[in-house]
Amino acid sequence: MATREPPAQRRPEHHLRDARPIPRAARWADRRLGTAKILRKALDKIFPDHWSFMLGEIALYAFVVLLGTGVFLTFFFKASPDTVTYAGSYHPLDGVTMSKAYESAIRLSFDVRAGLVMRQAHHWAALVFLAAITAHLFRVWFTGAYRRPREINWIVGLTLMLLALANGFLGYSLLDDQLSGSGLRIVYAVVLSIPLVGTWLTSLVFGGEFPGPDLLERFYVLHILIVPAVLVVLLTAHMAILVYHKHTQYPGPGRRDDNVVGERLWPTYMAKAGAFLFLTAAVVFLLGGVAQINPIWIFGPFRPGGVSAATQPDWYMGWLDGALRIMPGWEFRAFGYEIPNPFFPAVLMPGVLFTALYAAPFIEARFTGDHAEHHLLDRPRDRPVRTAIGVAALAFYLVLFMAASSDVVSARLGLSVNTVFWIFRISIFAVPLVSAFIANRLCLELQRRDGTTPARRRRPRRDQPSGDEHGPAPAAAEPQTVAD
Amino acid sequence: VASVVASIALFVLYLRGGQPQAEGVLLAVVLGGIGVGIALWANRFMPHGPFEEPRGQIGSSDAEVEAFVEDFEAGGEEIARRGFLAKLFAGAVGFLGLAALLPIRSLGPRPGRGLKVTPYEGGGKRLVRDDGTPVKPADVGVDGVITVWPEGNVNVADAPTLLIHLRSGQNKPREGRQDWLVDDLVAYSKLCSHMGCPVGLYQAQLGLLLCPCHQSTFDVGDGCRPIFGPATRSLPQLPLALDGQGYLIATGDFSSPVSAGFWDSGKY
Repeated sequence: MATREPPAQRRPEHHLRDARPIPRAARWADRRLGTAKILRKALDKIFPDHWSFMLGEIALYAFVVLLGTGVFLTFFFKASPDTVTYAGSYHPLDGVTMSKAYESAIRLSFDVRAGLVMRQAHHWAALVFLAAITAHLFRVWFTGAYRRPREINWIVGLTLMLLALANGFLGYSLLDDQLSGSGLRIVYAVVLSIPLVGTWLTSLVFGGEFPGPDLLERFYVLHILIVPAVLVVLLTAHMAILVYHKHTQYPGPGRRDDNVVGERLWPTYMAKAGAFLFLTAAVVFLLGGVAQINPIWIFGPFRPGGVSAATQPDWYMGWLDGALRIMPGWEFRAFGYEIPNPFFPAVLMPGVLFTALYAAPFIEARFTGDHAEHHLLDRPRDRPVRTAIGVAALAFYLVLFMAASSDVVSARLGLSVNTVFWIFRISIFAVPLVSAFIANRLCLELQRRDGTTPARRRRPRRDQPSGDEHGPAPAAAEPQTVAD
Repeated sequence: VASVVASIALFVLYLRGGQPQAEGVLLAVVLGGIGVGIALWANRFMPHGPFEEPRGQIGSSDAEVEAFVEDFEAGGEEIARRGFLAKLFAGAVGFLGLAALLPIRSLGPRPGRGLKVTPYEGGGKRLVRDDGTPVKPADVGVDGVITVWPEGNVNVADAPTLLIHLRSGQNKPREGRQDWLVDDLVAYSKLCSHMGCPVGLYQAQLGLLLCPCHQSTFDVGDGCRPIFGPATRSLPQLPLALDGQGYLIATGDFSSPVSAGFWDSGKY
């Protein structure tokens, strides 16, 4: 303390004179933020490797593409309902009256360099984003990764999914073409159907009766600022919690609940993740370039009286549309008030479903009495009941999804619309039950082949990880401990 | 890695032309090239584990929890001693929060009657086509359907109307609506009573209207009663008459609120 300049402090000064810029900058940052200490730990962080862990990564990278393409689109899109007469380079629409929103989206597609690629890549990235999230959700479900200590991250993840769904719909609605207008009208009716508060809620959200004068501007702010901002915050939390907990791993030799076995972040895992980012982006842009999506110039601008037959919403909304279709014509009326029909399939059903999902980790712990910490994943076959529930949910979802194209199905198969409806109405109960039963049996059968009895607490197994596609599984070698 | 350089050059070249498919493919080649390059690099030349790391404990030890509780309570006592100040503070923040809620009211008008009336209200409005021209009964042949609007309100969201020319004898008018038609011409709201989609598909043979969104089916001859699908309410009917010049007019508003149902739509 008494010494003014201890020798230890002189050495860094020497380093600062290092001519190479990177060590100099690193030292500069370290003296102010202590970055070397922190980053050293980060570089040595271990990530387990398995193909199923990459699903969440795809979602993250699709989000990166969404942000990039989205920023590009904001430079050209005008979220305004004011009408203009089209006079651009897409001649079939010449002289047609349309909103500025639709007009700017058309201009963006035909007259802005690379505009169409960016718009289509943005749309494709949104579809990939939600697909990856859904797949990731099922992976987490089937492996029981949501158990203690990860319940909070399960909740954060579900919230991310809901926000992603909402933002997908908001973006879809902005273009003000015939399809998005119809979709919007349906969502308006869904909100309107909420008992007691529905009329107020729609009025406040839409700024009045459908279509609502302030709607586009409001949805635009939500779509490009508020929802993405919340997404970024929650995504950061999702990953921070992941880093703090350290990733789960499949059981295998040398893998225990108190360790984590895999690759170091630097350089191998970082390189793999980086490669994956580029590959995800490559696929999205390839789709954006060659696979036409949402050709709004064909749909035309929104007209309240316009009809669009055989149309489907984006895939992630399909299950709700399917539910709306196959719901029989029932509604609840008493004392001059009513709970309209759409409330049940489009508000109550998803409400119950997501509440159950949010509560799932706690319900499971209550039923199994298992409140212990888990870092080793379950194999689906070892948890026949959970797997059966997951399969039933998947089947339920798929039946609803297919019901959303009931009109196309009936046209293709030459069945009457009524027959198709009844098939779906029965399937929605029968298919999940049957598939859950089959899944359960299958799990038990697989267990018997393994020669294991269904045990609550399982020993790590030798033949894990089973689905690893990285050639000789890393588990084959005994892990070496990282020197600290 | 060589593919990366080549593809970047290609991309710059092609951007001059600006052709969507080519742009997409080239972007994919560039990004894919980089991705494949890094992946190969990582797999061939980077160290591979498995490495192991201990997880450590997530929860705090009892001693740490106790220390926290102690510190927290020590600080809390300081606040509790000034109880009045604390209450004032809570009150101020609470009322600020309440006041902040009020602007929500400005987001939209009171729903009121808006959902229950259309521009037809009051009656006497001519029915006009998309281009604003009025309609005479002879303009719509038997089995014909056209979309009409209240004059001066073309493309108003709650006003699209279907004007249908039924075959004679096909219509069984409801009680009190016997004089709502002109020469077998009937008019119904085009908005589905399920979710407000335009009900656009008319099967003249059967006299059925089909909604393209969720396949609700309405029997036009029977007051547009829903006979299949999720819809529960009949399509609202519009009372028709002729004005002095022989054009079709509506003598009043629809028989019930149009479009999707809501909490108090029965209180008309």
